[in-house]
Amino acid sequence: MWTLLRNSILIFRKDFRLEFRSRFALNAIGLFAVISLSAISFSIGALRVKPPILSALLWVVIFFSAMSGLAHIFVREEEQQTADTLRLLTQPVTVFLGKWLFNVILLLALEIVIVPLFVIFLDVSGINWGTFIPVIILGSVALSTISTIIAAIIAQTSNRGALFAVLTFPLAVPVLRSAIQGSWTALEGGGLTACISDLQILFSFSVVIFTASILLFDFIWRR
Amino acid sequence: MRENWWKYLLGVWMAVIIVAAFLFTPTAKGLGQTTRVLYFHVPSAWVTTLAFFISAVFSVLYLMRHQLHYDIRAEAAAQIGLIFAILTTVTGSIWAKEIWHSYWNWDPRETSIFMLLLIYAAYFALRSAIEDPEQRARLAAVYSLLAFATVPFLVFVIPRIYDSLHPDPLINPDRKIHMDVRMLRVFLGSFGAFTVLFYWLFTLRVKVLSLEQHVLRKLEE
Repeated sequence: MWTLLRNSILIFRKDFRLEFRSRFALNAIGLFAVISLSAISFSIGALRVKPPILSALLWVVIFFSAMSGLAHIFVREEEQQTADTLRLLTQPVTVFLGKWLFNVILLLALEIVIVPLFVIFLDVSGINWGTFIPVIILGSVALSTISTIIAAIIAQTSNRGALFAVLTFPLAVPVLRSAIQGSWTALEGGGLTACISDLQILFSFSVVIFTASILLFDFIWRR
Repeated sequence: MRENWWKYLLGVWMAVIIVAAFLFTPTAKGLGQTTRVLYFHVPSAWVTTLAFFISAVFSVLYLMRHQLHYDIRAEAAAQIGLIFAILTTVTGSIWAKEIWHSYWNWDPRETSIFMLLLIYAAYFALRSAIEDPEQRARLAAVYSLLAFATVPFLVFVIPRIYDSLHPDPLINPDRKIHMDVRMLRVFLGSFGAFTVLFYWLFTLRVKVLSLEQHVLRKLEE
């Protein structure tokens, strides 16, 4: 058990270092998020937008940023032909855990950029941060969990870029729906109790998909 | 002829159902002549569910035993399921135009069947993006099981978006069947006919896909 966790951390650290050594991918993902946010901000212009639409727009930006960035971690292994080495060296579960951790942290880091810009650009006021932050965190964990397992699948196909969003969206609908509902409540200043059922869905979705991923990852990873 | 008797029987049976659906059964209160879509729309929806369930079962079997004929069955069931999902959507949408005065208004039932169509469109997109049959079988099976894991969430989340106007909560609010006996007879008869039709289509599709794979393998040799 402990070696398993330690190996996953090792894989995480390897990916972390690799990504920071060539900052190209990280920069691209960060810029993509900023650009999609500014595209929305420019197209809305000076309109005062109500919370339901604001929270939908925020999650559209987060979803597409995730789609632009979260597949890279598996695709890189296949492109640089390092995947087979990993297959020989460690158990499949450790690979999944390491990459999952990386993607969760990557998406949360992206939101540290997106959320403040969103508040500034779209002139949002009256947020209940005590509700907003848990919704964002749980929503991102759920979104990156489903994205990570799909990324592992599409890394082994041709035509990766287009497939990623196509395969992820239908499965991520419950996440998007509950996250939009939850952040809508938070944008209107509602407390945690008002969106407890959304948080419950996000949490249980993460747990179910995480477990299913660990069970199914063997089949994706082993050739 | 000897072994095909049930196919002829099915032909006669379905003809009887169609005639009975239009001439024999009374209409339900408030739905008028549009009641008659019930005998085709609901069995299509049932075959959709059945086909996708069978597809998921064969996906599990493939992952456990790694024999390609399980993957062929999973694919065949999903293909037929997709066709019946489209039939369900179209018949439902025509009915909705008559009763709700719009072809599409994101009723929970419409939303959930739309999700199902999206999931299986994605499933076939994934299949077409992989060359190697073993790898295709493996990844497609994993995707279809992942999709299966998210279904309970869809069932829970979608009804919260809008209220449903779908007649099944209106016709049977206490989850018992309140149907005229004549309606019920034709309804159940249609269920049986559609199920047998599914079985026939399924065996045909499996035969075709197996032959295709056989020919491809011969060509490679």
